[in-house]
Amino acid sequence: MKMSRRVTIPNELGLHARAAAKIVSLAEQARSQVFIIKDGQEADATSILDIMALYCPCGTEVTVRIADAADVKTLKRIARLIEAGFGEL
Amino acid sequence: MADAKEKTLSLQGIGASPGIAVGKAYLLERDDLDVIEKRSIRPEEIGAEISRFKQAVQKAQKNLRQIIEDVPEEYRDHVYILDSHMMLLKDRMIYDGTIEQIKNKRLNAERALKMAVDKVRAVFRSMPDQYFRDRGSDIVHASKLILENLLGTEPQKISDIDKRVIIVAHDLSPAETTQIQLEKVKAFVTDRGSHTSHTGIMARSLEIPAVLGLTDATRLIHTDDLVIVDGSAGTVIVNPNDQIITRYSERKALLEEFQAKVTRTSHLPAETTDGHCLTVAANIEQLEEVVSVMDHGGDGIGLYRTEFLYLNRPDLPSEQDLFDNYRDLVEIMGARQVTIRTLDIGGDKFATSVSWGEEINPALGFRAIRFCLQSPEIFKTQLRAILRAAYFGNMRVMFPMISQVEEIIQAKQMLREAAESLDKAGLPFEGDIEIGAMIEVPSAVFMADILAEEVDFFSIGTNDLIQYSMAIDRVNKHVSQLYQPLHPAVLRMIHRVVQAAKAAEIQVALCGEMAGDLINVPVLLGLELDAISMNPISIPGVKNLVRTLSFEESKRLVQSVLKQATASGVLALIQEAYGTSFETAALFQPRGK
Repeated sequence: MKMSRRVTIPNELGLHARAAAKIVSLAEQARSQVFIIKDGQEADATSILDIMALYCPCGTEVTVRIADAADVKTLKRIARLIEAGFGEL
Repeated sequence: MADAKEKTLSLQGIGASPGIAVGKAYLLERDDLDVIEKRSIRPEEIGAEISRFKQAVQKAQKNLRQIIEDVPEEYRDHVYILDSHMMLLKDRMIYDGTIEQIKNKRLNAERALKMAVDKVRAVFRSMPDQYFRDRGSDIVHASKLILENLLGTEPQKISDIDKRVIIVAHDLSPAETTQIQLEKVKAFVTDRGSHTSHTGIMARSLEIPAVLGLTDATRLIHTDDLVIVDGSAGTVIVNPNDQIITRYSERKALLEEFQAKVTRTSHLPAETTDGHCLTVAANIEQLEEVVSVMDHGGDGIGLYRTEFLYLNRPDLPSEQDLFDNYRDLVEIMGARQVTIRTLDIGGDKFATSVSWGEEINPALGFRAIRFCLQSPEIFKTQLRAILRAAYFGNMRVMFPMISQVEEIIQAKQMLREAAESLDKAGLPFEGDIEIGAMIEVPSAVFMADILAEEVDFFSIGTNDLIQYSMAIDRVNKHVSQLYQPLHPAVLRMIHRVVQAAKAAEIQVALCGEMAGDLINVPVLLGLELDAISMNPISIPGVKNLVRTLSFEESKRLVQSVLKQATASGVLALIQEAYGTSFETAALFQPRGK
């Protein structure tokens, strides 16, 4: 079971407030913790500020990681959301 | 204190919206995050302090939910901001951050909250992107909601004001302005803000007097103090004596009489005593202002600033969004001409949706046409929307911040490509739109004869032209007094551009704020500009003045003005020629920055 997925931020605006908010609302449904990781720096995916503080402009590579295999659906959903550019592409 | 005779105070700020109001002050508490008491708590108090904080957050959420529900339909656009504030209230970095501070540092909840907020603000403040840096103020606004509940101060319900008052505030946030019942507001007075801040724009369009940027109004003015607000002069008088009240009441009556008179005739052309017509048009930045343009008798729109649709949103507007907006504008204006300026983002404005690196000198940096030529997708989307809208009315387009002729040539090429793509798509558009260059960079002044071969008209943007040519930052308080529109250097540049336009037989307009200041009008007329454009509310006064002037006389005035050595020399000549004939009127015109 894969516990993490590596994705690239494709939308022009990067991980801005509304995009971060969309991740938060998905991560909140998880049973355990979900992280967004950039250059080894971990952000709690349920915190809009934590995510934005990572500062991810367009083209940044991030890893989405779950702590509990039960949350694999959440992992997939978040990865898909990012790959789809948060519906902004 | 109640029996002591209060001292009269006179405060000077920025007159952001003209008019005079006399009334009682209503003070909105300033956000006091910076003056929070620091108190150590005992270990056994930690639990109680944490639950006090948690309750405050819950209450804040409840209050905010109520505010969101109460937002009237017409302000729905602001709700997105409030929704994100909702998310911030329970955000781990603030929520857990505060609890950690209470536990580990044994701080009172208020101070712990401030520490947590400061930490987050510091992270955002150091980011290279303006959009992210600005999130700092969102965090402050959201945490203020928690703080009010911690301090037990009832959040002030602006919607509960039951008499007509003068609102005195440190700064007005979107959450606050959406709650104000505007019919209860006689005037706005704030510590912060400028001519172009949200409060200023709103006050002008609603014709409510406003004086902003007073620095410490909230410290000096108390609720129920009697206050006079003169939004034309930018003056606020606190606790005026009877004599002053009488003087201002007379002025208010005079102003209203004068306004009634000029408004009656404002829809007529501005024709001089010797039969020359000067086009007096409006500068606007939002579609809603078009009502004000019609009410004030604007002959057209001389400058439509198109940045607004790009600001305060996380994504870019679509071609359809832009087209709908532009089309509405030209359809309302009918036969009257609309000059639309392409995106002028950067400089003193900011974009939340377009990100680039930090600039040390943004006014000289990557903005306006420079940015657009490098961002063909964004630029072409706007150009397509403009060409499509032009099909439905009388619209021409101009490019901002032109500093060399290649920029015009490239912009025209992109405009052609946009037209071709519309042609392929089979959409209706105006293929033969007039194209103009903004003349606001000194190099463009000197190359005006060359630029004139490439365009159908010039529009001189004096705000930036003065700033660039005299090396004066308008917003820097220490040098802003050097910003002199009547300086001979400025007038000589305008003269040069007009001569180049005349030689090439193209139109030339002027769209800086100096056009709305009556003292400048005789000279602008004599410089032989075809059109001037300004804030809509300045139009009736300017038209009224032009009707009292002679075109030939003003041309002679310009001949001697151009030989002057200083701005004060120019001013003396104008006063000598026109004396006090327009001083009364000038008192009531809104002032520039």
